[in-house]
Amino acid sequence: MSHVSSYKTVRRGRKAAAGNVGRPSVAWALPGILFFALFAIVPLAIAVYLSFCHWDGLNSPTPIGTDNWTRLFKDPEFRQAAWLSLLLTSISWAFQTPVALLLGVWAAGKQRSRAVLSAVFFIPLLLSTTAIAMLFHALLDPNFGVIKTIGPWVGIDPNVMGSSTGALLTVAFVGGWQFMPFHTLIYQGGTRQIPQVLYQAAEIDGAGMLRQFFHITLPQLRHTITTSSVLMIVGSLTYFDTVLIMTRGGPGTDTTVLPYLMYRTGFQTYDLGYAAAIATALVVVATALSLILVRFSGFGNMRSTREGM
Amino acid sequence: MVMAGVLAGCGSNGGSGGDGGTLTAYVYGDDAVKVQQAAVEEFNKTSKVKVKLIPVPGTEYVNKLRSAMGSPSAPDIFYNWGSGSIKPYRDAGQLVDLTSTVKNDATLKDGFLPSIVEAGSLDGKIYGVPMRGMQPVMLFYNKKLFAENKLEAPKTWEELQHAITTFKDKGITPFALGGQEKWPELMWLEYLLDRIGGPEVFNKIQSGDASAWGDPAVLKSAQTVKELVDAGAFGKNFNSVDYGSGAAPTLLSKGKAAMHLMGSWEYSTQLGKAPEFAKNDLAWANFPTVAGGVGDPANVVGNPTNYWSINSRTKHKEAAIAFLKTMASTSYAQALVDNGDVPTTSNAASMLSGSPNPQFAKDQYDMVQKAPSFTLSWDQALESDVATPLLTEISKLFAGKSTPEQFVAAMKAVK
Repeated sequence: MSHVSSYKTVRRGRKAAAGNVGRPSVAWALPGILFFALFAIVPLAIAVYLSFCHWDGLNSPTPIGTDNWTRLFKDPEFRQAAWLSLLLTSISWAFQTPVALLLGVWAAGKQRSRAVLSAVFFIPLLLSTTAIAMLFHALLDPNFGVIKTIGPWVGIDPNVMGSSTGALLTVAFVGGWQFMPFHTLIYQGGTRQIPQVLYQAAEIDGAGMLRQFFHITLPQLRHTITTSSVLMIVGSLTYFDTVLIMTRGGPGTDTTVLPYLMYRTGFQTYDLGYAAAIATALVVVATALSLILVRFSGFGNMRSTREGM
Repeated sequence: MVMAGVLAGCGSNGGSGGDGGTLTAYVYGDDAVKVQQAAVEEFNKTSKVKVKLIPVPGTEYVNKLRSAMGSPSAPDIFYNWGSGSIKPYRDAGQLVDLTSTVKNDATLKDGFLPSIVEAGSLDGKIYGVPMRGMQPVMLFYNKKLFAENKLEAPKTWEELQHAITTFKDKGITPFALGGQEKWPELMWLEYLLDRIGGPEVFNKIQSGDASAWGDPAVLKSAQTVKELVDAGAFGKNFNSVDYGSGAAPTLLSKGKAAMHLMGSWEYSTQLGKAPEFAKNDLAWANFPTVAGGVGDPANVVGNPTNYWSINSRTKHKEAAIAFLKTMASTSYAQALVDNGDVPTTSNAASMLSGSPNPQFAKDQYDMVQKAPSFTLSWDQALESDVATPLLTEISKLFAGKSTPEQFVAAMKAVK
């Protein structure tokens, strides 16, 4: 609790100082708040309301109490989708974090080829998700795609999208391929913030590259890792477009993650009330996960990582 | 409760985009739209109320229509598949009942094949007027591969199994199947159930009797699917074969697969993608009989045709009906024939010689006209709250993620 009080003191101090400078009035924040309320808070509230209704999209919604919610907790399909979402999120995180971190640290350096290669690595992020999914879909066609030729060389069965594990890994891979440049960028920025003196001191003490990485770079990047992880987790939990285009939730229901289940329930079955319940559950889980992550990583304290500097 | 008002407001506002004498018409946006566009232009020449055609891209059609119908900017006239596909709109009081209009109007009454009009109706009431070609599901095959292996189009289940073994031994996939999408798999179950149990079983299911899924014929059909999958009838990787991108039809045209169970549009698909193959080696047949089945081998499944229905909120009902009447005209039927479609008008038979492929058109027309029963595709005949779980369960069955018994149990449990 001690840090809370110190934080408060700091804030109080700031307030006083700000009063002298002449802080912009609340009115400046109004457009932003209105926009957020209209396009985030209101739809969210409607979704919560709808989750207590039966609605087919044509007639008016009729309140049915907690029926959708009791159904949610008993629904094996929801449970499977929740499990697949968590699995996809974990795989995505485990795949993207190390690669993005190493790439980011490398991109922060002063190598000659760095700028050019960094630009090349950045390209996937500029493409639309739909285009990427369609591209990989074509590449992975078991009869006519590149996988048919290359797969057997590297020991991959061309029927990648037809197997449960293969389909899920593919979705994780394609998502990783697309968003890794973004996280690389975050890590690059984070690494650039690390004061050079730390490395100079370590060098004088005789620490090699590896030790410098593990004892300076990594600890100094811990808040960057939190930021990037929160974005990754929330992103993976709401991952939808690639699933829709590449697997349609299949084979069977083996890639039917929560957002896809929500889509199917809402816009194919037209059970919009139950779909709203799934959506609300997703919001709750994603928010809870990011809060937990922020809390346990100490990120929430907003203290400088450069203590003693 | 404010929110309830906001939500209710979405559905209850009158008016339907008909400002100053315009009728908006939603149509499924594919190559055939040009036929409807020509009909609209012809109609607008003489009518005071003008029709405005809005083609909606195919994959988006159902969604877009559903959202629009729940909003103040709903179309006045819209394309649909009849039956279950319009049931939610009928239940919400959004459709104009055309029963008496059709009965009292010679043009509409005698203009179309009766079985087609009936197939699109709901509880004996007519809500739609046929407006496109018929789309029965047929067994397409590669004539050249069959000749090379001294085979003929299978008429019985034994012949089918013989063909499967023969092609498998040659390293050719017996049936192309775009298993990444679920509806091509559905076609198999539709024909199997019809051949095994007759059309009555699905009629019962369609009438809302979920216990009819427990009919032994359903289980037998699902078991037959499993046998086919296990026997390698669809090859090993059909689960990752796509239909939409053309992978499945290409398997057939390239000789990698010998047969393809598909809607009659397969012909125009092949004509577009592999014209040489379509002209020389593409052949078609009825679905074979199944050993021990009671269904008539002349029965057909698929989409009888598409229909125009009228939104009850329209301001120009009379004009809308007048437009629908033009669908029975000879010139409209002729335009469909020229486009390679087989119209469902009663006068179509005499026009088919002008079709791009008269033989295919004639075979198709005969097949439908002679069919004792034409079962509408299940995903159109059933409402979406049953059709969507059905497609999911079928996909699980084909992927080997559930057993035939689990399939039956799951379908019985869908409320």
